[in-house]
Amino acid sequence: MTQPHTVIIGLEVHVQLLTRTKLFCRCSTKFGAAPNTQTCPVCIGMPGTLPVMNREAFQLGLKTALALNCQIASHTKWDRKQYYYPDLPKGYQISQYDLPFSHDGYLEISDPKGRFETKRVGIIRAHLEEDAGKSMHDELAGQADSRIDLNRAGTPLLEIVSQPDMRSPLEAKAYLSEMKLLLTYLGVSDCNMQEGSLRVDANINLHVDTPQGKVATPIVEVKNMNSFRAVERAMEYEAARQYEVWQETHQRLGDVPKQTRGWDDVANITRGQRHKEESSDYRYFPDPDLVPVRVSQAEIDASRNSLGELPADLRHRLERTYAIKPYDSDVIVSAGRALVDYYVELAELCGDGKLASNWVQQDVMRTLNEQKIEVEKFPLSPRQLCELLKAIQDGQINTSRAREVFIEMVALGRSAAEVMTARGIEKVDESELVALCKELIDANPKIVADIRSGKQQAAGNLIGQAKKKNPNVNPGRLREIVIDLVGKM
Amino acid sequence: MSLLRQRATDLLALLHSGQITSVELTRAFLNQIKLHDPRVKAFLRVDHERALARAADIDKRRREGKSVGRLAGLPVAIKDLLCTEGETTTCGSRMLEYFKPPYDATVIAKLKAADAVLIGKTNMDEFAMGGSTENSAFQKTANPWDLSRIPGGSSGGAAACVAAGMAPLSVGSDTGGSIRQPAGLCGVTGLKPTYGRVSRFGLVAFASSLDQIGPLARTAEDTALLLEVLAGHDPLDSTSIDMPVPNYSQTVKQPLANLRLGLVREHFGEGLDGEVETAVREAVKVYEALGATIKWVSLEHGKFGVATYYIIAPCEASSNLARYDGVHYGHRTDEKKMIAALAAERQSLESAGRRAEADALDNPLVRMYRQSRAEGFGAEVKRRIMLGTYALSAGYYDAYYLKALKVRRLIRMDYDAAFDEVDLIAGPVTTTTAFKLGEKVDDPLSMYLVDLYTVSANLAGIGGIAFPCGFSSAGLPIGLQLQGPPFAEERLLQAAHMFQQATDWHLRFPEMVSNP
Amino acid sequence: MSLTREQVEKVSLLARLKLTSDELDLMTAQMGQIVAYVETLAQLDTEAVEPMAHALDVSNVFAEDRLRPSLDRKAALANAPHSDGEFYLVPAVLGE
Repeated sequence: MTQPHTVIIGLEVHVQLLTRTKLFCRCSTKFGAAPNTQTCPVCIGMPGTLPVMNREAFQLGLKTALALNCQIASHTKWDRKQYYYPDLPKGYQISQYDLPFSHDGYLEISDPKGRFETKRVGIIRAHLEEDAGKSMHDELAGQADSRIDLNRAGTPLLEIVSQPDMRSPLEAKAYLSEMKLLLTYLGVSDCNMQEGSLRVDANINLHVDTPQGKVATPIVEVKNMNSFRAVERAMEYEAARQYEVWQETHQRLGDVPKQTRGWDDVANITRGQRHKEESSDYRYFPDPDLVPVRVSQAEIDASRNSLGELPADLRHRLERTYAIKPYDSDVIVSAGRALVDYYVELAELCGDGKLASNWVQQDVMRTLNEQKIEVEKFPLSPRQLCELLKAIQDGQINTSRAREVFIEMVALGRSAAEVMTARGIEKVDESELVALCKELIDANPKIVADIRSGKQQAAGNLIGQAKKKNPNVNPGRLREIVIDLVGKM
Repeated sequence: MSLLRQRATDLLALLHSGQITSVELTRAFLNQIKLHDPRVKAFLRVDHERALARAADIDKRRREGKSVGRLAGLPVAIKDLLCTEGETTTCGSRMLEYFKPPYDATVIAKLKAADAVLIGKTNMDEFAMGGSTENSAFQKTANPWDLSRIPGGSSGGAAACVAAGMAPLSVGSDTGGSIRQPAGLCGVTGLKPTYGRVSRFGLVAFASSLDQIGPLARTAEDTALLLEVLAGHDPLDSTSIDMPVPNYSQTVKQPLANLRLGLVREHFGEGLDGEVETAVREAVKVYEALGATIKWVSLEHGKFGVATYYIIAPCEASSNLARYDGVHYGHRTDEKKMIAALAAERQSLESAGRRAEADALDNPLVRMYRQSRAEGFGAEVKRRIMLGTYALSAGYYDAYYLKALKVRRLIRMDYDAAFDEVDLIAGPVTTTTAFKLGEKVDDPLSMYLVDLYTVSANLAGIGGIAFPCGFSSAGLPIGLQLQGPPFAEERLLQAAHMFQQATDWHLRFPEMVSNP
Repeated sequence: MSLTREQVEKVSLLARLKLTSDELDLMTAQMGQIVAYVETLAQLDTEAVEPMAHALDVSNVFAEDRLRPSLDRKAALANAPHSDGEFYLVPAVLGE
């Protein structure tokens, strides 16, 4: 017997902020440098060195928090989170404990396919902290030692902690996609999961309906998820696993200590991780080497004004202005600000938002994908593409032929007119069309009889014949004329 | 007069006028070190060659009429917790015995820019934790006035070398009295600036919210000269204040008119040695004779200063010293031995059937940390790390650390109220004169109480100065302490200078300087 | 409140210090004495007092996001007790 239950998910996202230098020293944050070549006495934590806060990091954090609708603390401070690990050179991480610079915001998520209701996922807090270095251990190589690279130590991170507001793995994935899109629009992070500039930990448990009421199961923290898809799969796996455990043990929240599990992307399972000793006793206290930050309303206003149009607003605007569906606005907005600009220009030029949307989503985006280029490098300007769309709108060319023309325009860098002329595509005169239809009707009495008896699809045969005689005919218009003439017979 | 007995300001004049060279001067001090430091043990390292080469270079530039720095050619001794690029900086600890920082502390860079001749690094209590310099991992410094006694601490080497005529100027640091207390016990002048006045960048941290670098010298004038070079804003230290540096070396000579001097009722209570009290009261009379008015004030929470300090300082220290883990620099235990010891422990537990204990043994990384730190740190440092770790651990934060931060505020408020009524506060530096080496080593708490009169200034973040105001019947210096409101260094120096114009306690020398 | 030997032993792990059995005994006694002394603060009513974490009333100290040269690797690793010229080396960090 299955008991009804709800999956409860909260996410902790760490994003690397796009600063040139580290949070507390002026070493480069660039990814991929040779080990231990981007360090200095400060980020190595050498005796006597002191941290100085990166202004840009704070500004980027502030921007993000405002875009996440957070409250900004008028007074914030820095704390030391203390634990020993070889990639943490000072023996503490500079972070924010009880007075994060921002708190209580939300991120709205929705599903264009309607699989869940649009909702606001609460943001508990967003705070700044420094990253640790990297520890590497190659067990297969049988090395006795772990190797430590401190290049990453001190890189600015924004930790964004959500409320446990997500009710399905799909919602969790949507939250992450929307978060990534927002951060990318703000330009505060490149969100590259492979390079570790976006990392996700999840907290998940179940609320089970029992005859005695709703029961919460123990919360499990899941780590090591290296893609949004992995998060979705890990959450699916965990929800099922936790339900099995519940049926077996009936353990409730609080019965056992919080467990940490790691996602194994190959085996598609989560595994329990060894409990770190005295793990939770971080002995936070205010860092005496750093002074508090006070943020004025004027600074908040200035930051807010610098945000630009954010994805959610942009989607709504596209839907309103160009009468496209949420699904379409989502695809376009998700493809990034530059593509949105391309789309808007095209839609404005051709005066048909839906047509522009179809072409941008299918033909333009496919080409970008195939050629692995950004829209800035796309060979056709919106004005050039619009020329082709105009030809479609004028009935000069049908969609499938227009596609061929499009491919040639991209490949040869020619204008629509040039390609169409070269291919002999020109608009067929209305009188010519009527003459052609009459000729075909006369020559095909059987088909005409079929049409008259109501089988309108029989007209297709006539249209096929017409295209053989003149490839430039507009099949849509041809069909209309045929039906009209037959009706008058 | 022997060069060793001259004031730094006079030596500078002699250098400028060409009557002496920096090489001669440096050689004179190096010679004094050679003669007497084997017994005083003020220095951990003396760099003869480099100091002489530097002196020669400055002499040459001076001869050629090139511009030279503020301290051009004057020897300066450096407490061994200021990082000197490429040169060993031990902080008095085995942990850093071989540590060579790849950077200069900001004050070292300033001294170099001022063309000071850095003659050596002075001994100190390990990580500046102590009041007698007996906690140095390397040697015990003696008081030049009585070699069987402590010089005070933690800047014991810094004070002793000035008293012993081994350096005219010396740089120390003060976290709970570590400049003023040894200055008082050695009969020299030492100033702890207001927190934020001098950059801490490159000062190996003990307790970051209390540490401050400051000058030691024979006179207030010399102290002013050195402070002028040390002070100033540093973009590398977020807690250094962006405020112009006054011309201390000029203003020090201007006497203070209508000085209102406060005496603290609580300073003259139980525990204060009679001879010390008499000397301090006599010093107050000197000020009265100079036109000062005396007023009694109360620092009600001063008696909680030591308790407050011994929460805040160990908490910050436990965190500041977490970085010494044998990974990136500093001492690391012999790994082979450590692994073998771990294996042996496991085996013996297992063969005794104590499986659970065997499983609970440290993993090799944790054991490496623990063993390296156990070997690298001395007893006092361990004690303070333990205290701080305990006080910050889960469930105790509010009762200890937060409580101490609140009492710290009360102590500061007492000072603010007092300084509404008086310009400076005068009183003893310590309850007694220098005690015997070894006298308090087994009693940490009694050693902590030595800081009774000095810790409050660090907690409040204000400045203080100590200088000699008498001698005990046993011939030991007695110090007077003046404390002032934030950024009143000029006033402190002026008041000390006034006193030194009217008295000659500061011009007394221990025998080894009298008879070179 | 007096400290037990077990508490002190736990703290020694948290502080990453290996203490011998004798040192643990001595530490327990000395810490107990010092803790008893600092607990005299408990007699003060500090309910309405703002904690003072800094000696200075300064805020908003920032550095501009401008690159400065890093140490070259040789200098960075020069003080490392154990390195291979490229990385710092430590006893294996396993099971993470």
